Amino acid sequence: MSLYGTQKFLYHLNRDPRVQERYRSDRGALLAEYELSDEERSAIDRGDIGLIYVLGANGQLLMHFAAYLGMPWPDYIQAMRDGVAKHGPVRAGIYAMTTEMDERVAGV
Amino acid sequence: MSLVFAGICSHAPGITGRARLADPAAKDAFHAAFYAMGDELRATRPDALIVIGAEHFGNFFMNNMPAFAIGMADGYEGPIEDPKWIGIERTRVPGQADLSKRVITEAMQTVDVAFAEEWKFDHAIAVPLHFLTPDYDLPVIPCNINCQGPPLTPLHRAWAFGEALRRAADKATERIAIVATGGISHWPATPDSGRINAEWDREFLARWSRNDQAALLSYTDAQTYRDAGQGGFEIRTFIALAAAARGQGTVRHCAQIPIFAVSCTIGVMEIA
Repeated sequence: MSLYGTQKFLYHLNRDPRVQERYRSDRGALLAEYELSDEERSAIDRGDIGLIYVLGANGQLLMHFAAYLGMPWPDYIQAMRDGVAKHGPVRAGIYAMTTEMDERVAGV
Repeated sequence: MSLVFAGICSHAPGITGRARLADPAAKDAFHAAFYAMGDELRATRPDALIVIGAEHFGNFFMNNMPAFAIGMADGYEGPIEDPKWIGIERTRVPGQADLSKRVITEAMQTVDVAFAEEWKFDHAIAVPLHFLTPDYDLPVIPCNINCQGPPLTPLHRAWAFGEALRRAADKATERIAIVATGGISHWPATPDSGRINAEWDREFLARWSRNDQAALLSYTDAQTYRDAGQGGFEIRTFIALAAAARGQGTVRHCAQIPIFAVSCTIGVMEIA
């Protein structure tokens, strides 16, 4: 598991406009610079917020990737629920889901 | 001179970024309390504002995570988040490197502090400044306690950090305001965002208000994670503030606004 590599990518993406540009224009070479499993690389490549959430990325890092991808807040929240529904509980980290699948505590 | 103002406030990015999704009356009441805290702070005529934040990987990451950091620059950028997402325009916030250096030098006598001549503010500081110093005309000394990447800074060390900041402020000639920012119970950036343990928050704020050191430091991280979520780890900033101010606290506003993910809190503390 190379969760650290996933989180390092997100950290760089969130704070560096040049990484944001490279994600759009030079994604393969960009992601080759990080130690990632095939599953992680594919999830980042596809912008699969639900799977990256389940893999255990810190929510404070992942939240901004979703915003960068243009996901409205309700869609981002739902993507995480969908990820858990499809792939099972969060596998690492401290951002596990504790509510029920249909429990919308903030109305979204 | 020493401290002239001490207070606590929430910093969740939804407070500005998702304002339109909130119940208007609840949002307006909280925003008004936030602005009023800024009026009260500025009325004490501070020369500088120390902000004890709990940032979220805007600057510090697991490759080299400091338990404590203090900024030491003449200016900072923020917010690091997308301005449209957070609802705050990007700006430059003044700092005061010389005062920072003196604060750091004194704090280091008892607490191992990392210093940073670069710092991009994330919502932990940018959201509070939006309300407290909306003209960005007061020099800021940013401080950070690691509340995000375990192993986390122990609570008793957060208390020691607050004591160190107080000692440093007492040695400075400037009038200094100090504000701590963070959530109490919350489960941010998860499908649970909006879950709030109001009873836990009331109990924590009661301990904070009476500045009960033993009670504030008695939480274990396992208990906090269970009862207050990973966001609850940010109580470290409020604890440090209590150690710095030493007085009794008054909660001016505490209302649950789920779309903002927290009990939206404003409090002030006497400086004793």
